[in-house]
Amino acid sequence: MIDHIPFVWYLTLSAVLFGLGVAGFIYRKSVITVFMSIELMLNAVNLSFVTFSYQNKNIDGHIYSFFVMVVAAAEAAVGLAIILTIFKNRGTLQIDEVDSMKL
Amino acid sequence: MDSILFIIAAIASIGCGLNLVLQKHPISSALSLIGVMSSVALLYLLLGAEFIAMAQMIVYGGAVMVLFIFVIMLLNAGTEKRSDKSLFAQIAGFPLLAVLVVLISFLIRETFATTASDVKFGSWVGGTAEAIGTRLFTKFLLPFEVISVLILIAILGAVVLARKEID
Repeated sequence: MIDHIPFVWYLTLSAVLFGLGVAGFIYRKSVITVFMSIELMLNAVNLSFVTFSYQNKNIDGHIYSFFVMVVAAAEAAVGLAIILTIFKNRGTLQIDEVDSMKL
Repeated sequence: MDSILFIIAAIASIGCGLNLVLQKHPISSALSLIGVMSSVALLYLLLGAEFIAMAQMIVYGGAVMVLFIFVIMLLNAGTEKRSDKSLFAQIAGFPLLAVLVVLISFLIRETFATTASDVKFGSWVGGTAEAIGTRLFTKFLLPFEVISVLILIAILGAVVLARKEID
């Protein structure tokens, strides 16, 4: 027990982190923090990919996790550029003040 | 020893994740996110994923978080204003989320009750840079090439969006 960790603990931790990411995504009002919650969710998914990869003794999960990381980095660059543009045009970072497409 | 490290990393990541959600200032959230990423990197090492752990530290803990903190500094983002939430969201939001997480954990436990084995550090060392490189340049060569185009498009998109004049 002391040097064996049940496999389901990793998956449960991943689920908890994903839940925290969802909570931050819904609860927070600053665009930057909402964006950080997305990164937290991506991290949680990566953790379960690597766990399944260990379980099946197959390296493909690592490759998927690597691709998720690459896409997350690209997404962070584009998303932060969009946040910069929003701030330049509207002068706010509050998510509920950017509502010009709302009916 | 393994379980001690796992418990430390798990508590650190959940605590930092909670801090991310509850803090009011974006810079505190960013620092908490760095904590989450470092503890997840420790968990990757425990799972024998050396390369992914290092990539996590460099790409997430380094590059992405520097970008975030740079934008927070650039925009001088202060404490966020809390707006009113609906009564249903105030009362039932976090309990419903807790129910969702418990349900997912229960499903995981039930699904893998028979097939699950334990995780022991060092019993599988397939996650080396050599193994990942070999797999990346043989079986996953096409996705690898496609993703390099994606990165190029992302760079161009970021440059276009962050230009001075935007119509």
